[in-house]
Amino acid sequence: MTVGPTPYHSSLRTGHDGLMQLLHAEWTKFRTVRGWVIGTVSAGLVLVLVGLLASAGFHTGCPPEGCVTPPVGPDGEWVTDIFYFAYQPLDGDGSITVRVTSLTGLITYPPDHPNDIVPGVVPWAKAGVIIKESTRQGSPYAAVMVTGSHGVRMQYNYTHDTAGRSGGVSAASPRWLRLTRSSAVLTSYESADGSNWTRVGSAYLGGLPRTVLVGLFVASPWYIVSSPGLAGGTSSRLTQATANFDHVSLQGVAPGGGWTGHAIGVESGGPVLAQGGLMESEGSFTLSGTGDIAPAEGGGRRVEDTLRGTFAALIVVIVVATMFITAEYRRGMIRTTLTASPRRGRVLAAKAIVIGAVTFMAGLVGAAVAIPLGEWILRADGNQILTVTSLTELRVVVGTAALLAVTAVLALAVGTVFRRSAAAVTALIVAMVLPYVLAVAAPLPEGVSEWLLRVTPAAAFAIQQSLPQYPQVITGNTPLYYYPMAPWAGFAVLCVYTAVALALAAYMIRRRDA
Amino acid sequence: MRQAVHAEWTKLRTLPGTGWLLLGCIALTAALSATAAAAVKCESTECGLDPAKLSLAGIVLGQAVVVILAVLAMSGEYSTGMIRTTLAAIPHRITVLAAKAAVLSGLVLAAGTIAVLASLLAGWLILPGQGFTPAHGHAPLSLAYGPVLRAAAGSVLYLALIGLLSLGVATAVRDSAVAIGVVLALLYLFPIFAQLVTDPDWRQRLQRIGPMTAGLAIQATTGLNNLPISPWAGLGVLAAWATAALMLGGLLLWLRDA
Repeated sequence: MTVGPTPYHSSLRTGHDGLMQLLHAEWTKFRTVRGWVIGTVSAGLVLVLVGLLASAGFHTGCPPEGCVTPPVGPDGEWVTDIFYFAYQPLDGDGSITVRVTSLTGLITYPPDHPNDIVPGVVPWAKAGVIIKESTRQGSPYAAVMVTGSHGVRMQYNYTHDTAGRSGGVSAASPRWLRLTRSSAVLTSYESADGSNWTRVGSAYLGGLPRTVLVGLFVASPWYIVSSPGLAGGTSSRLTQATANFDHVSLQGVAPGGGWTGHAIGVESGGPVLAQGGLMESEGSFTLSGTGDIAPAEGGGRRVEDTLRGTFAALIVVIVVATMFITAEYRRGMIRTTLTASPRRGRVLAAKAIVIGAVTFMAGLVGAAVAIPLGEWILRADGNQILTVTSLTELRVVVGTAALLAVTAVLALAVGTVFRRSAAAVTALIVAMVLPYVLAVAAPLPEGVSEWLLRVTPAAAFAIQQSLPQYPQVITGNTPLYYYPMAPWAGFAVLCVYTAVALALAAYMIRRRDA
Repeated sequence: MRQAVHAEWTKLRTLPGTGWLLLGCIALTAALSATAAAAVKCESTECGLDPAKLSLAGIVLGQAVVVILAVLAMSGEYSTGMIRTTLAAIPHRITVLAAKAAVLSGLVLAAGTIAVLASLLAGWLILPGQGFTPAHGHAPLSLAYGPVLRAAAGSVLYLALIGLLSLGVATAVRDSAVAIGVVLALLYLFPIFAQLVTDPDWRQRLQRIGPMTAGLAIQATTGLNNLPISPWAGLGVLAAWATAALMLGGLLLWLRDA
């Protein structure tokens, strides 16, 4: 047995490279580089200032007497409640059954016939039977209807929508619709022949009074024209739908009661087309009307309108976070860092925690200041703000800070992989900002830009969307306000990119010489 | 000046990244242009799409690579300390900047020409299959048609001007990360804000002064009356941005220690 040379032991106390020491070291590096501190603080400032500038840029065309507040639905949200209604009072339980034999319509001045009113039915034109608390706009209701191109639907209380049989309606292929009330439960049925009935759905409308209104309705929403490209925009055209009903039978209604026709939410003196009307002959009814019964789309500003500085702040964050690692390579500091702490993965973790935390704080303060200030400017300008729950508002604020912080960590990881700033910064800005530019302002068709906002880390901007998009409302604002992914799902896309980049960075920093 | 240009050409030519960046610019531009062309459908005479602009959509991505190339041409010298050698060899600093601008413009014009021709070729091959047929009122893309030639040549010039803008900014701020951040913010933030602002006058103003929104007006071949700014005036706005950036960079280069 041989004895090897005694290993050398330094008399110096062993240094520590625990995570706490590393965090302290990285924090010291961060706070002593003036440019990085200024950069991070200015990211927060940019978030506020650009947000304020953008808020000041919203001038909605309210009339001099002030904006009209839209009606509020049963769940507290703004709603559109405009339709032609032919009704009778219903006391207690009862039902209504009808047959719809046609749904036709008119579209005013579409782009291909700019000077004419042409026949045409918009996809969400609606005709059917409805039970509604009163003629007050925003009051609770449930309805079953045929639509322009979405088949039979049951809808209630503005936001809820259930699909029934698909296909259009005509004299050759009519649709039978039935809506029954049993205290607060409203159930809808449909049938192609009047004898074989299928249940479409049911709704519980708590607080529905004993006496309600039951009847027929027709609505036809705006025809939205959107033009793509840099000079693009959207505009809307008035439409009208007309439906024929027969085999109308009512149960629970006092016999011999007459029908009252009323265009709900339509001001008299407007366009003739909007007034609608009711014609009755030998048991068959022809109703025409315009409008929609749905969540309100336009008219107000949203919480995220005050946070449009995020794009600018993001670019600052990407630059600072990339330099947090590439500057070490450029100056040779990385050799000192890795000598002091040979466990390289831990160095990367400490850097990620420090840059993530400081960016999160800057973003949180920025967003928490930008929202109330921006809302104040918007209100002072006569804008109305679509209210959301405080939980949603909290998600938007924290989500914006988290979006900036996770992007900073992603930038750090990409910077570690590339070791040079130029490629890393460009790749990140292109991945995070360009998809949105292409979606709102480039000649790319909607499908491509939507796909880009799903597969690139830019999907994370969905975290700022405060109001859900309802499929039963066609809007011209899709790329500006609605992202193709749900808020947290979009944010998860960014997190996945970051996790993969961090893993790659940890692998590379261990494998390569510094 | 001839020696200065030769020196800059040698430096840029022998950097390993230059060739890859130029190839990347061509590949990304053509790829995005082809994707955009393949993704559209034109089913009537009124589909409101501009086939030339669509075929050149990849420029918005390709320009990012030009930005890297141009920024590195200057900030690379600062990060390695090469700038001190350069300025010792050619003490007249404006000559150095002018030589860099000349060499860079030449390279970008060459790569840009290939990228634009490849994009137009992709559009010419793909678009007729997507409904851009004579029956729908769309003649095949042809450089013999004045507006298409203007869009193509203008796009090449656009890339060169983006390169000069980036060179000017990089000379002023010296750090590559900051320079790229500044240039891409100038390019990409204007179109976002222009879309967010609801006041049509302000929207048009933003589109007229943004280097990318104004500069890309050169690509329009249809709907010329609805443009926020006329094609050549738009390219002029970008040229003004590039000139201002180069003048600022030149001034700071002249005043500061390297």
